[in-house]
Amino acid sequence: MNKSLINSIEALLFGAGRPLTLSEIRNILNNNGGTIELSDIKKSLNMLEERYINTSIEIQEVASGYRLNIKQEHSSSLGNIWNDKTPRISKALMETISIIAFKQPVTRGDIEDIRGVSVSTRSIRSLLERNWIRVSGTRDVPGRPALYSTTKDFLDDLNLKSISDLPELPEITDDSKDDFLSQVV
Amino acid sequence: MQNNNLAQLELPTLLGRQFEDIPDDLFIPPNALEICLESFTGPLDLLLYLIRKENINILDLDVSKITDQYIEYIELMDSLKFDLAADYLVMAATLAEIKSRLMLPRESFDEEEDDPRASLIKRLQEYQKFKNVSEKIALLPRVDRDFYVASAQLPKFEDQKNKEVLITKDEIFDSVLEVLKRPNYKDNHQIDFEELSTKERIQMILDLLSRSNIISFSKTLKKPEGKKGIVVTLLASLELAKDGYVELIQNKSEELFIKSSRRV
Repeated sequence: MNKSLINSIEALLFGAGRPLTLSEIRNILNNNGGTIELSDIKKSLNMLEERYINTSIEIQEVASGYRLNIKQEHSSSLGNIWNDKTPRISKALMETISIIAFKQPVTRGDIEDIRGVSVSTRSIRSLLERNWIRVSGTRDVPGRPALYSTTKDFLDDLNLKSISDLPELPEITDDSKDDFLSQVV
Repeated sequence: MQNNNLAQLELPTLLGRQFEDIPDDLFIPPNALEICLESFTGPLDLLLYLIRKENINILDLDVSKITDQYIEYIELMDSLKFDLAADYLVMAATLAEIKSRLMLPRESFDEEEDDPRASLIKRLQEYQKFKNVSEKIALLPRVDRDFYVASAQLPKFEDQKNKEVLITKDEIFDSVLEVLKRPNYKDNHQIDFEELSTKERIQMILDLLSRSNIISFSKTLKKPEGKKGIVVTLLASLELAKDGYVELIQNKSEELFIKSSRRV
């Protein structure tokens, strides 16, 4: 595999600071009249992956494409530098984003029904600002409430490729239901 | 770090009080109530916790006592969190309703729909599903918390507009010099708005003369303009006469006429 191609791709991933898709990389590299195939890029990414084995970085595929991550073993030391940059996410907010992720698209009312507590405008706004959710439409009922869906950024931020990579939502089986009833009764 | 939060919820150690010391009917120490409920994400969360940790039997619950607890909590919470308190009150009402319906003589509980607890249990289960999964998602590696992106990306510049200012040091020097050489223009000038303009009046007279060759002076006046109007019209006609555009004719009748001259 062409070494300069590998380096070009590495440069793009490094400089972009965001995930790039295979076709995005191809379009940028072919801008000057090249004829690079998607398969070449995929191969180069694999080569890069190998090259990175003994380094501090790695290639991570996420929902929006490929990006370079610093290997997690270095996170604790990096945390000292970046500590103030990571706002904590409350349990309530985690419940809200989980409901949106599994039930999308949902209205605020849907979330409130499940959580049994009113969902504040602030928490919805904080998820919107974080770009973890977006308004994907409105439901055709009186008041036309906004429907929320999760974004690719949400998956990117959790190192995931798709919604199906999230932990599975436990199903209520009849067994567990009986279990629960007996516990309650 | 999420697990720590759960550990803190253990009631027996709250405020250093032992759970055994608390009367049986009081399952949450009143002082701990505020701290407790702040840690719960809602009434369903609290209920789940009570059911699972303390093995509380809904049938045996003294609903009136629970309601008291909830009201105590609202009083603790200030008026700022009424929304939250309302949600807890709804749950108290639901519990009270369930309790009262259970106390009614029942014919048969064989069918699930007849059990007043069924819908609450369904909600609890649905909530529990998402609570569990949200705890798992909270533990997933998260960017800037558990892992970091490797990037040599340029920082975001805030002011993109001034990016392309090209200026040489000579230009800066020249402009400083120019500012220093600039005379002192600090005097104030009061400029009054000209209510009636002579130029405008000249134009008006010329317009009138283009229609009829001769007009009387009084016809060029407008009543509301008063004396000023007469002065302006006189000035305008004198100006026109001076330049030879019009002739001013006055008969014995004292009426002044403006007659267009050949040059118009």
